[in-house]
Amino acid sequence: MNKIPNRKAICDVLLEKAKTDRDIVVLCSDSRGSASMAPFFEQYPEQSVEVGIAEQNLVSISAGLAKCGKKPFCFSPASFLSTRSYEQAKVDVAYSNTNVKLVGISGGISYGELGMSHHSAQDIAAMSAIPNMRVYLPSDRFQTACMMKALLQDEKPAYIRVGRNPVEDIYQEDCPFEMDRAVVIRDGNAGEAVSGGKMDWEQMGEVDVTIVACGEMVRPAVRGAELLKEKGIRTLVLDMYCVKPLDTESLVKAAERSKLVVTAEEHSPFGGLGAVVSQVVAAQCPKKVINLALPDAPVITGKSQAVFDYYGLNGEGIAKTVVESLG
Amino acid sequence: MRELTAKSFELRQVVLDMIMQSGGGHIGGDFSVMDILVTLYFKQMNISPENMDDPERDMFVMSKGHSVEAYYAVLAAKGFFDTEKLIREFSTFGSKFIGHPNNKLPGIEMNSGSLGHGLPVCVGMALAGRMDGRQGRVYTVMGDGELAEGSVWEGFMAAGHYKLSNLCAVIDRNRLQISGGTEEVMSHENLADRIRSFNWNVISVNGNSIPELNAALEAAKDEKEKPTCIIANTIKGFGGGETMENKAAWHHKVPGREEYEIIKAELTRRKEEALHE
Repeated sequence: MNKIPNRKAICDVLLEKAKTDRDIVVLCSDSRGSASMAPFFEQYPEQSVEVGIAEQNLVSISAGLAKCGKKPFCFSPASFLSTRSYEQAKVDVAYSNTNVKLVGISGGISYGELGMSHHSAQDIAAMSAIPNMRVYLPSDRFQTACMMKALLQDEKPAYIRVGRNPVEDIYQEDCPFEMDRAVVIRDGNAGEAVSGGKMDWEQMGEVDVTIVACGEMVRPAVRGAELLKEKGIRTLVLDMYCVKPLDTESLVKAAERSKLVVTAEEHSPFGGLGAVVSQVVAAQCPKKVINLALPDAPVITGKSQAVFDYYGLNGEGIAKTVVESLG
Repeated sequence: MRELTAKSFELRQVVLDMIMQSGGGHIGGDFSVMDILVTLYFKQMNISPENMDDPERDMFVMSKGHSVEAYYAVLAAKGFFDTEKLIREFSTFGSKFIGHPNNKLPGIEMNSGSLGHGLPVCVGMALAGRMDGRQGRVYTVMGDGELAEGSVWEGFMAAGHYKLSNLCAVIDRNRLQISGGTEEVMSHENLADRIRSFNWNVISVNGNSIPELNAALEAAKDEKEKPTCIIANTIKGFGGGETMENKAAWHHKVPGREEYEIIKAELTRRKEEALHE
């Protein structure tokens, strides 16, 4: 079992890139420990900014740095970053078009037992609704690293959400990655994971179900596909780490070949991956879509895995939903 | 300085025409802040249409974005865009001259409008300037009603903590906001002391006197240990005479035809007075 959380993968990429790029600046709001960014602060004090527990300041200061040519990455728990500093993200980052990368750490219900104040179950909805803001939820450490390298190449705003805990590896060192293209992890047969942009859709036959997931829900989606395979149900799994801009091409190609589409996300049932997938599928290739998400309520207290299990956000739950729906 | 004072009344006339044409705008704050903007753009800041790509230029953020008419009028006078076009197109359908500053227009660094953003953004700019060893200074202009936003004090806190002496914040202290007097809405008693306690250098001046403002901005450059805040004590509606001055109702009132003529005559009179003082 992998012991490296995605946040650590982010730090490793920034540590490496900062060797040659003096414009990378990391900002934290008393969150360098939980962000795994303490090594960056130690190694590059001149490129690190501590703002204290002040998320509005965190984002506005980042915007000012970006306006002067810096490449700020600002880290704060996703619950605070996505709502406490929402207006700063909207006005100073997205509307002013500053090159700020907002990194929401301990996202979703990572802090399961700490209560709703510390959960970010609305960040996808909130951030997606801002024009000129991109939203990414990478699944494992390898994809996180690939995505970070890609984000360092552009100069546009983005919101990235990662969880607190290590997640089991989905990919390997040479993971298939293209910016803003979903990854086809299971193609319904026995094929290997490929990026949607390189997928040979013409060669691919019909499947029974497509599962679309992002972030920490990708691993349960893969597990669900394995359980379904045992039952002879052909399952395609899309890792939609790019919730905005959504890879609509891969989604539609997959949905066209499926009887059913199921989405799984660590988010409220409103305005997240499920909502946008439903929107696209309904408009472009109408199929039944079932959204699996957290409830529209404060979630039950417990460690995140126990909470996921309780709400059926695991391989078994996903497989059960598919079996019941397909009859 | 006399010419600049005269110019400030000329630019208030541009503001008046923009507001008459569009049927909306924040005229009271435009008139109070005008001398601050004129002093910054014509005496202090190294900002022009020619140097907007120069990393060594000074940086400016108009935090009180609702005084956009004054800001646009000054930018037009600096040559960033055409004054006649500005008056004609301000706030019209599809116009680039939106009713709050936006950086699709030349000369504008950051979009603003929601209050309490300018100072924290300028903290970031000042930190970047320090990291890169740049000579340029960073300026923002805030309103006094805006001081009720908590984010302003986050900005004061960080700038004082990091001793950003390359940062200067000017407060347009006109003591009026949309609902009435600032001291009744949310008081800022001992404002200078409050800001000083955040490790800032604070200077209070007559904010409708270009010579006084200029002297304060010069003094700010000599401060090497702390950021400087200039409390510019102004009169809301300054230049509009008895009709407008010190009246909360003029926060965003559009003058009637008769009022327009009275204000215009007053602005012309003050301009002449400034030139022949």
